[in-house]
Amino acid sequence: MAKEMQADTTVAGQSSVLKATSSISLSKARWGESAIKIWLALCAFVSVVTTAAIVILLFSETLNFFESVSPAEFFFGTTWTPLFEPSSFGVLPLIWGTMLVTIGAAIIAIPTGLASAIYLSEYASDRVRKIIKPVLELLAGIPTVVYGYFALTFVTPALRNVFPDIQVFNALSAAIVVGIMILPMVATLSDNALRAVPISLRQGAYALGATSYEVTTRVVVPAGLSGVMASFLLAISRAIGETMAVTLAAGQTPNMSLSMFESIQTMTAYIVQVSLGDTPTGGIAYQTLFAVATLLFVITLVINIVSQIILNRFREVYD
Amino acid sequence: MSFSSESESISLARRHRKAKLFSMFCGMVTWSGVVLLAVLLYQVSIDGFRWLDWQFIDSFPSRFPERAGIKSALVGTIWLISLVALISIPVGVCTALYLEEFAGKGKISKIIEVNIANLAGVPSIVYGILGLAIFVRYMALERSLVSGALTMSLLILPVIIIASREAIKTVPMSIRYAAYSLGATKWQTAWAHVLPASFPGIMTGVILALSRAIGETAPLIMIGALTFVAFLPEGPMDSFTALPIQIYNWVSRPQQEFHELAAAGIIILLSVLLLMNATAIYIRNKTERRLK
Repeated sequence: MAKEMQADTTVAGQSSVLKATSSISLSKARWGESAIKIWLALCAFVSVVTTAAIVILLFSETLNFFESVSPAEFFFGTTWTPLFEPSSFGVLPLIWGTMLVTIGAAIIAIPTGLASAIYLSEYASDRVRKIIKPVLELLAGIPTVVYGYFALTFVTPALRNVFPDIQVFNALSAAIVVGIMILPMVATLSDNALRAVPISLRQGAYALGATSYEVTTRVVVPAGLSGVMASFLLAISRAIGETMAVTLAAGQTPNMSLSMFESIQTMTAYIVQVSLGDTPTGGIAYQTLFAVATLLFVITLVINIVSQIILNRFREVYD
Repeated sequence: MSFSSESESISLARRHRKAKLFSMFCGMVTWSGVVLLAVLLYQVSIDGFRWLDWQFIDSFPSRFPERAGIKSALVGTIWLISLVALISIPVGVCTALYLEEFAGKGKISKIIEVNIANLAGVPSIVYGILGLAIFVRYMALERSLVSGALTMSLLILPVIIIASREAIKTVPMSIRYAAYSLGATKWQTAWAHVLPASFPGIMTGVILALSRAIGETAPLIMIGALTFVAFLPEGPMDSFTALPIQIYNWVSRPQQEFHELAAAGIIILLSVLLLMNATAIYIRNKTERRLK
């Protein structure tokens, strides 16, 4: 009996000790808890600060630039010679060069990317998918400087065999490798969009006697169109921002030539060209860097936002 | 009657033929992507294999192709990636934890979310300009490893955050409820249960993000890493060169020998990337099996 009592008191004693420490550590934990929460929020804030920094930096330096060059000259001028006399600041040739490469790349990547996506989601067996998907991932993971090498040592010589009068640096070669570069993106994203179309829609169409071609082109692709369009836009925005392959393959000659066989300069290639030289801070050449970068940033941002709007607003929701 | 059924059967046959042709076309286009990758890899290895030996790995860049190597570029890349990992992994994973576990569904987290999605689409060269203006010039970190690592970290942060959030989302709520019911605080739950459970998914995303950082060239060129570097960096404040920069340097020279050196450099770069991708896929497959 006495033993039991003793046991009882020790248990009681222990539990009271336990209670005391646990309440202390609990309050401690709560203090640490809010400190940690603040730390995590700060981390999340880094991305907001990054965006703010990009926007403030680009726009303030661009405003400085517009103090010495009129916006009209910048946006509508057709000669771009900022680095030597007589200097001229018409950005249209750079936009033209970027458009030439981007349109060429899109003509290559969009049909083939969509065809691959259709094959992957509608025709390929699981085993084939397991081979193709990693290959696409690998293609997407190859650094762009490698595509630049590919353009210079493989695509351009091959093009010269077909078109002997093509220049060493030309827009066509750049467009081809950029097309290859964005193809995996179109294929993967469109594949995801097509696979999200419920199987019952396909079964319904097949039950009405449609062939696989009709099911794909008239049911599946229209049903997944928002995702497919978004993938096109994202790939185009990627092509516009692409730098190394274009710099290596298309050269450094800003002009508004219609020919894909000639050397051009894209916005990104110009930025690289300036940063390779020794450009003093604050000079007009340094400011053109920000003006062109702002343009690039705004164009890609608008395209990305449009693609998000298409995704959110036009998505067909099936349950 | 018989006429119409005949024409119908012809058109049916035609429709099926069309379907068949279409499927073959799509298949051919897709497989040509695989062939393309094979051609690319074959071409690069044919060009570069001759130069690939220990001397190439253990030499500094040089004006003479037969003496040139990638030692400083390789060491520079290892330094850079280690620093990028040190900066970007904690910040990225903490952001993901905050958004998934702590922030709730308020306006602020919505703003951060949209913001991260848009940052992921910003061209890498714009990050380069940001790095040049803020880290190199304004903070006067010069053209050092730190500048490069900070710039690269900002570039891959959105990728790490998005991947980590996806991984954290897959952790079942029951695990959290179990921890809460035993008296764990929110952070204790997140740290001791949610994070370990989502660790493989986070690792996969982190490895893929880092492999992107290894291949990025444009931001490094912007912050001025393209210089002749014939020494090894000894600390984070030293100037440096990196693999893709060295490759760019060799590709942009006219001589054939330097193109072949670039190919040899590309073989090494792609091997590193392949190894990292394989690790990521291995982790992914292993955890998929465990969850089943």
